[in-house]
Amino acid sequence: MSALPAQFADWFATKGWHLHPHQRLLLERAEDPAALLIAPTGGGKTLAGFLPSLIETAAAPGRGLHTLYVSPLKALAADIRRNLMIPSRDMNLPIRIEDRTGDTSYSRRQRQRADPPDILLTTPESLALLLSYEDAPRIFRGVSRVIIDEIHALADSKRGDQLMLSLARAERIAGPFRRVGLSATVEDPAALAEFMAAGAAPTRILQADPGPDPDLSILETEAVPPWNGAGAHYAIPEVLAEVKKARTTLIFINTRAQAELFFRALWMANDEGLAIGLHHGSLSREARQKVEAAMQTGALRAIVCTGTLDLGIDWGDVDLVIQIGAPKNVKRLVQRIGRANHRYNAPSRAILVPANRFEVVECRAALEAVYARELDGEPRGPGPKDVICQHILIAACAGGFDPDALYEEVTAAGPYRELGRAEFDDCVTFCATGGYALQAYDQWQRLKQGIDGHYRLRDPRSAGRIRMNLGTIVDTETLNVRLKNRRGGKPLGEIEESFAATLSPGDTFLIGGEVVRYEGLREMVVEVSREATKKPRIAVFSGTKFAASTSLSHRVLDLLQAPDWPDLPAHTRDWLNLQRRMSKMPTAGRLLVESFPCDGREFTCFYGFAGRNALQTLGLLMTHRLELAGLNPLGFVATDYALLIWGLDAIHDPLPLLGADGLMDGVETWLAGNAVMKRGFRNVATIAGLIEKNLPGKRISGRQATFSSDILYDTLRKYDPDHLLLRLTREEAMRGLVDFGRIEEMLSRIGGRVDHVRADGVTPLAAPLLLEIGKVPIRGQAEEHLLAEAAEQMMRAAGLS
Amino acid sequence: MRSYEFILSGARLSALSSGALWWSETGILVVSDLHFGKSLRAARQGGAMLPPYENRDTLERLERDILKQNPAIVICLGDSFDALQAADEMEPAEQSWLTCLMAGRQWIWIEGNHDPGPVGLGGAHMAVLRQGPLSFRHIADPDASGEISGHFHPKTRISVKGRNLSRPCFLIDETRVILPAYGTFTGGLRSDAEILQELMGPDSVAVLTGKKAQPVPMHL
Repeated sequence: MSALPAQFADWFATKGWHLHPHQRLLLERAEDPAALLIAPTGGGKTLAGFLPSLIETAAAPGRGLHTLYVSPLKALAADIRRNLMIPSRDMNLPIRIEDRTGDTSYSRRQRQRADPPDILLTTPESLALLLSYEDAPRIFRGVSRVIIDEIHALADSKRGDQLMLSLARAERIAGPFRRVGLSATVEDPAALAEFMAAGAAPTRILQADPGPDPDLSILETEAVPPWNGAGAHYAIPEVLAEVKKARTTLIFINTRAQAELFFRALWMANDEGLAIGLHHGSLSREARQKVEAAMQTGALRAIVCTGTLDLGIDWGDVDLVIQIGAPKNVKRLVQRIGRANHRYNAPSRAILVPANRFEVVECRAALEAVYARELDGEPRGPGPKDVICQHILIAACAGGFDPDALYEEVTAAGPYRELGRAEFDDCVTFCATGGYALQAYDQWQRLKQGIDGHYRLRDPRSAGRIRMNLGTIVDTETLNVRLKNRRGGKPLGEIEESFAATLSPGDTFLIGGEVVRYEGLREMVVEVSREATKKPRIAVFSGTKFAASTSLSHRVLDLLQAPDWPDLPAHTRDWLNLQRRMSKMPTAGRLLVESFPCDGREFTCFYGFAGRNALQTLGLLMTHRLELAGLNPLGFVATDYALLIWGLDAIHDPLPLLGADGLMDGVETWLAGNAVMKRGFRNVATIAGLIEKNLPGKRISGRQATFSSDILYDTLRKYDPDHLLLRLTREEAMRGLVDFGRIEEMLSRIGGRVDHVRADGVTPLAAPLLLEIGKVPIRGQAEEHLLAEAAEQMMRAAGLS
Repeated sequence: MRSYEFILSGARLSALSSGALWWSETGILVVSDLHFGKSLRAARQGGAMLPPYENRDTLERLERDILKQNPAIVICLGDSFDALQAADEMEPAEQSWLTCLMAGRQWIWIEGNHDPGPVGLGGAHMAVLRQGPLSFRHIADPDASGEISGHFHPKTRISVKGRNLSRPCFLIDETRVILPAYGTFTGGLRSDAEILQELMGPDSVAVLTGKKAQPVPMHL
């Protein structure tokens, strides 16, 4: 198929539209077994994906499910359905287009199973559920095309792994179908193609014209960016001026709390009453929909938003994107920039607003990366096995499986092509009997192997419970922080769940400008108490779970080594020059360590450039080590670039502290008992089906009926330390929150080459880190001045005023 | 001090850090809510297969207490088995382990709500046992005094040396003791739960279990 049928050509003509080259290309390639279309935002990707389906189903409607469309967002599925209804209605196409998500009513879902529409729009979770029914073969018979929207976003999480397993299963049931992946610009298209490929058939990569370079700049402000902080409120007047000049502006901020604060600050300065809205994930669905609707009708001049608007339907009128705070990841920045100006082949305009002095450097590095079209991203690594366990349970629910055939099915999915048979069998054993070293009872069989070799559910009624537990989304993203014993009171704020998981009772941290002490987690609320006197152990909570990417960190490091910085503003240049005079610049291939006394304590700063997660882990390990060495560490702060440790005694020789072996010993001990592991275990165990998310008819005989997953974790560690789920938990922690991989990357990068500078006082580069600590005892508005004074004083002491 | 000594109705008792209660004058060791067979029952119900190690972990700890105190009488305060058939379905090795522990002493199974009557293991079965000034039953009777019971799996949270801990605990006042659950796979009911607050008098003490028995005021 290459030509657009007359009916469609006419429709395009009445709309005054032309086929984009990549839309035509995808139409010409409609018979390819798998195609990955990479197009910038606003390139009409979705229509490109659907055109062949619309044409084919219009020619032969009512033959059951023809096209399955999968998107990462429920709302996106619904929006796309509405958008597809337009050409369908305009051309009077005799096709049924329906969406099916967790929000779809029971009766409608039942009807969809009995009588599937021509085009079904769904999410990975709803698809997995659909495949768990025994009548799945009837539903999926005849599927001819599968469209995976925003595949780059799905590939970032276990949802993508599950989707690929589901497609492998659907394909085995329905026979081969064509796959189309729609992706924003990514760093490694070949890897994504591999990820979505069907069995041996290669995926054709179709690159749309990436369009002209964006018009990207760093906001120039009258006020100088502060030394620390993430609010960027200093830039409010200039941001407002830009909003006034533009038609519609999207203002991206990295965290919800910052979005709230920035939104409020913007309104306080909004003398002209420009219509500015707020959109983030903690708002109710109604509130978000209201803002979206207002945006679509062009009623808003700007929206302050978080990652919630990274994906989603194209909004025509956005002509400016402002990114507040350093983008931690170039790929995401490029996608956000693409949100501005959806007219194809017109440059997008975007402005970066560094929130503090260091971010000036970071924004510059990101800007250069965008122009160099150098995207970042960590390789995916092999597909996670807890998702396989869930897939095995799905196969069991759908009437049982032959292990040989299921192994073939699983290894047909891109992320699992390398999966060994023994690893797969481990997962089957786990699903069937729990996979414990102690094999005891007959009843210990969730799955029973028949004489035909097929596994089936021992008790068919358990299918219901398994279905309730499907999906790979376990984490709640953020948790409210409340003072203990003040139920119903206003929360102090929100912290990322991943950060909460690293806290032990007694740990202190900063929130809303005050120090609180972690008491515990209670019904998904972080309970804290005020701790007026102590300085926080973990002084900084930067609130983003995204650590700066490896390649962006390297770019920043490169930028710091430049002989001069003509592209940086004078204030930042002066600061860096002073650092060069007083100490040294961090160098690639070496590790700069600075030690200095300040305020009666000894500080040591490690410029590791390994991302916040890794440096936070390093901080925990090093302080542990220092304690063993009797050097009395008091606390540390970690940023994406540096780790600052302070204590009573000076560190004279930092190199031995960094020895990889001993560090690894530390990580083993520390990890085993750490909340990161327990939280990770809970996630893995939930996805793999050991712990149930929600039980039907939960017993209400009191809380003593349930016990925490921590007891399971401790029991397994004691009696079955090699259990599959413990191994999976560990693998994940090392890659994810603990990010030990990047500590190792750092250690091998520096190869024992340490530049240790002993300074008489605070060094320029370390000063902003110190301010994070200086902020501690200050509370409330009136004390902001004191903070500013103290900050200036410290800056003067460092020769930086 | 690994245990917490106190007097109830004239009887000198020790709340052991393991969660067992020791009455040395009479050589009576009391444990509650062993919940043998918890993971087996979960597996049978078609749910997830929990690690099948809770029986041996519970037995290991019970053995430690028995070897140390060498009691003449062991009283299990009910919910010893998670289901009626759990006693029969114990692994043979675990069953004989338990039998060894029972050998040479009097063993009393108080009936709980999960196990109205375990059979085939020997020992005496009763709903309530009176011994001297004390009575032993599964669920506390608000009107009783000198009473030792279990059932609620009490736990409490406190700060120790800057750490916040949640531990199974004894609840003790002038009229009664409520024992923590001894079984490994058991959750807890926080001691600030209404029902526990009502049962226990104003000067109640919560004794946390763990490495050492740690008394704290129950009503903070």
